[in-house]
Amino acid sequence: MICEECNERPATLHFTKVVNGKKSEVHLCEKCAQDKGEMSLFNGGAGFTFNELLGGLLNGVHTFQQSAHQPMVRSDELRCSKCHMTYQDFIEIGRFGCSECYDTFKNHLNPVLRRLHSGNVVHTGKIPKKAGGNISLKKRIEELKQELKELIEQEEFESAARVRDEIRALEREIHAVQEEGGDE
Amino acid sequence: MSLERFLQNAVSSWMSEEGPDSDIVLSSRIRLARNLKDYKFPIIFSREEAQEIIHWAERRLSRNSYQENGHFEFLGMDSLKPIEKRVLVEKHLISPNLAESSPYGAVLLSANEEISVMINEEDHIRIQCLYPGLQLVEALKTAGGIDDWIEEQGTYAFDEERGYLTSCPTNVGTGLRASVMMHLPGLVLTRQINRIIPAINQLGLVVRGIYGEGSEALGNLFQISNQITLGKPEEDIVADLLSVVEQIIERERVAREALVKTSDIQLEDRVFRSYGILANSRIIESKEAAKCLSDLRLGIDLGYIKDISKTILNELMILTQPGFLQQYAGGPLKADERDIRRAALIRERLILEKKDEQGGNVQ
Repeated sequence: MICEECNERPATLHFTKVVNGKKSEVHLCEKCAQDKGEMSLFNGGAGFTFNELLGGLLNGVHTFQQSAHQPMVRSDELRCSKCHMTYQDFIEIGRFGCSECYDTFKNHLNPVLRRLHSGNVVHTGKIPKKAGGNISLKKRIEELKQELKELIEQEEFESAARVRDEIRALEREIHAVQEEGGDE
Repeated sequence: MSLERFLQNAVSSWMSEEGPDSDIVLSSRIRLARNLKDYKFPIIFSREEAQEIIHWAERRLSRNSYQENGHFEFLGMDSLKPIEKRVLVEKHLISPNLAESSPYGAVLLSANEEISVMINEEDHIRIQCLYPGLQLVEALKTAGGIDDWIEEQGTYAFDEERGYLTSCPTNVGTGLRASVMMHLPGLVLTRQINRIIPAINQLGLVVRGIYGEGSEALGNLFQISNQITLGKPEEDIVADLLSVVEQIIERERVAREALVKTSDIQLEDRVFRSYGILANSRIIESKEAAKCLSDLRLGIDLGYIKDISKTILNELMILTQPGFLQQYAGGPLKADERDIRRAALIRERLILEKKDEQGGNVQ
């Protein structure tokens, strides 16, 4: 078997990664494995910590992504303006320094989150009343708009009118919340 | 202090009460990770930030009361002795991490110890709700209520796309970790557990032994929890875990029935030998104690032993941990002294059962 990365040397290292039950196989030569950071999973020797494992995982994502997309901004030069953490720090520690980091490293997070959460990258579920602001109202409006479309298609105009009024009421509510928010 | 008095102070409600399916599920736990918007996360926050958060928690959370749960007791880590911290860890009320490495950490405890809120652990706020038996849905509801109440006192770090923002990317989204502690001697004795664990892992759930080193499960106790926190609503996370847990309960019941059918006398012998060791030994290591307690509990569940309360496993698994033994002894103990103390505590606890039994029979 030939190394998947350089297509030159014979593949001597065969990795099977299982993340949340999803299996993927990688066949590499020693040199490419080292370059890709896959070896970091073995260099630690005994006494793996959760952080090292997570770091190794994040590192793998990071290098794969770079070779695939060649992003204009090198991810390891990114630095969070609030807590001054760099992307490299994040990979080493496996922790974000503050909530702003999510925004700073935004473009690099999807592959990481996908690996950790079975392919999911967007939150569904509870929305806090205050910090969530009008997110829940917006989501409700989106649902209603979809409903409205369906009702119109089915020519159920009476129900459609009721849903339309409901949407308007919610939109007014959002407006009110925003004005109130401006006072704080 | 007498053992009776000590127990009154030491035992949390999840250890002493029976919940639904408590012959197999010892406890259900919900944990929500939350952070405050304006502060850096605990791994790199400044001393000033840490203290501000602690003051906020003390002022806003412990002095206001939350519904029927009344006031939360506020315990700063810096004001606790090492043994006291260790006892809180062994009762699963705080994490080892908070006890050992958070000088600016604190915990808020409800009077019945079902609710604990850790401050400045890996995240600013970790809400935990611990119920006896299989009560995940109920625990989620309680934790959610506390979550809403805490949010009224501060502003959470939340992002429309990523959800609740946490220090570790493995918790982002719902910040929810739901877990159940299960006693599975039937599946271990019939060697089915080795096939079941990989199957559970395939479903995005994590199984680990508790109190064991590595993957070894001490006392046939296993903790099963969700891995994924992002992209799945809280109710679905809990429902998925619940459906797997219910299937495991069913399998465990079938395994126990089969064991009784095929090796009744061998099983009874095993149970009573363990009972004999617990009731008579003068030195017992934690590993042996865990094994014997598991056998004893199985014997109670199967009806071989009738005069001992079911919650003895929950209670003694916790009370025979090093921190508790030292608190009961009133000072630090070496390992060999602990083994002697452990044996004595178990013997005394079993004698209390007899006393209760006799007391109950007086008419």
